[in-house]
Amino acid sequence: MSSTTPVLPGESIVHLIGRATTSLVELVGDIGLFALCMIPKLFRGVPSKRVFIPLCFQIGVRSVSVIMITGGFIGMVMAVQSYNQFRLLHMENRLGAMITLSLVTELGPVLAATMLSGRIGSAIAAELGTMKVTEQIEALRALGANPIQYLVVPRFLACLLMIPLLTAVADATGILTGWLFSTEILGINGFHYWHHVNKFITAWDFLSGLTKSIFFGAIIAIIACHRGFNSEGGAEGVGRAATEAFVYSFVTILVVDFFLGVFSNSLYYLIWPNPLVTG
Amino acid sequence: MNSNTTPILELQNVSRQFGSQHVLRDITLAIHPGETLVIIGESGCGKSVTMKLLMALLKPTSGNVLWSGSPVNTLKEREISQRRLKYGYLFQGAALFDSLNVFENIAFGLRQNTDLKDQPIHDIVIQRLQDVGLPANVCNKKPAELSGGMKKRVGLARAMALDPQVMFFDEPTTGLDPIMSDVINELILRTARQRNVTNVVVTHDMRTVKRVADRVIMFYPLARIGSDDPQIVFRGTKKELFDCENPSVSQFVRGEAGARIEELNAA
Ligand SMILES: Nc1ncnc2c1ncn2[C@@H]1O[C@H](COP(=O)(O)OP(=O)(O)OP(=O)(O)O)[C@@H](O)[C@H]1O
Ligand SMILES: [Mg+2]
Repeated sequence: MSSTTPVLPGESIVHLIGRATTSLVELVGDIGLFALCMIPKLFRGVPSKRVFIPLCFQIGVRSVSVIMITGGFIGMVMAVQSYNQFRLLHMENRLGAMITLSLVTELGPVLAATMLSGRIGSAIAAELGTMKVTEQIEALRALGANPIQYLVVPRFLACLLMIPLLTAVADATGILTGWLFSTEILGINGFHYWHHVNKFITAWDFLSGLTKSIFFGAIIAIIACHRGFNSEGGAEGVGRAATEAFVYSFVTILVVDFFLGVFSNSLYYLIWPNPLVTG
Repeated sequence: MNSNTTPILELQNVSRQFGSQHVLRDITLAIHPGETLVIIGESGCGKSVTMKLLMALLKPTSGNVLWSGSPVNTLKEREISQRRLKYGYLFQGAALFDSLNVFENIAFGLRQNTDLKDQPIHDIVIQRLQDVGLPANVCNKKPAELSGGMKKRVGLARAMALDPQVMFFDEPTTGLDPIMSDVINELILRTARQRNVTNVVVTHDMRTVKRVADRVIMFYPLARIGSDDPQIVFRGTKKELFDCENPSVSQFVRGEAGARIEELNAA
């Protein structure tokens, strides 16, 4: 990563690329190992209610408003941006199908996850980072608690549960505002709008979007906890951990989104080899 | 100290470095059950690191840490955390959990590791608060609402909640007023006598050394000694410490800057 690889004097570009690559591979490996460490702890009993419920509140309930704003504007922006193109083709009645499909399969999950990696990921990284630099994580170990079990597992589970739910909220808000904008402002007939939504959107589209968001939730939680646990050097280090949590999870979300898209397409054609017949 | 019993804690040729910075080099140290060892030395010489190595919160770069004769690096993670419950640790910065109030901080170890009901936990917490001279009405405060000295004492109460057999105190009286310092010194002495607790105390406070120490060791920062000199420049009883002729020890004990002033002026 560029932030950790300053150019040293007398170093060629090849050295720099080499070092950046090694540190990237190291980072990815380290985060992978961290996730592996956590997996057996997931099965050591459920987190206590005392810890879990406030976390879900913090992560879930507190994010509803920003998520609704995000989803709501995406729905309207989609309508504004595609209306002219569709009208040229005299297909404006199909606007609903376009908006809803893009929302539930792609824009909803990705933009919600982006929003949440900024909101939740940075907050988790900053909190755990502060605990790290003030010796609280060592204090946990000294008092017989496993920091991964006590801190990471509940945050991971809360993200896994809350981020798909928030994504569903974003989808719903976007569908609602997209519909309202199209019918009330752009003057599209409501019956035709929903008719095409019904015809083109399947449960598969919804589920593949929500499945993605489960992955995104896991990514946000693991990267944020990892950055927090590895923060060093006082307030400055905590700030850096928070920023890195956002940047790293955002990049990872985009990469994983691409591969999940490829994967879910191939799966789709495997199950329904000739999609035109079903459409 | 009778040296034929197994030491409860032992360091064998332990070194520790952070990145390229060498902090501890070839430290060998044995602590016997029931004794109170005081570690002194100037800031940054590795006292806190030594305590964390003894508690197995840090791993040595080389060498062995032994708990009652068994090398820690051969123990399973589970067994380490089980055995560690017998050890209490007061962190230099208290390290209270920000998200929990004072009561839950002190009760943390009990809730994590015992099946005690609310009432006995409540009784223990109140008792520990009393031991460190705090009123019961601080229970509902968050650590951010406490003064530095109060945090330290809550940290002490938390470390003692599980009735440990070994106590690590990282600067227990730093930030406390003289009266409260004496209360804490008395508390250290009392638990050592009543329950035969082994104490490891890091301190800069010579009154604490005078009150509690059975044995004293003094560390020197690696940067200030040659590559063959031992890092522990003094080992002995407190009487030997205060009578010590070695200028680097006696100046430290009396708090005289000596040659350091000239270094500063030269710089
Ligand atoms: N986690 C860490 N990462 C990097 N360096 C560290 C770490 N912990 C300690 N050090 C370094 O080790 C050295 C010794 O630190 P330590 O905290 O043991 O000092 P100390 O003797 O307790 O000092 P003080 O009396 O000021 O508390 C310091 O120079 C510090 O920079
Ligand atoms: Mg220290």
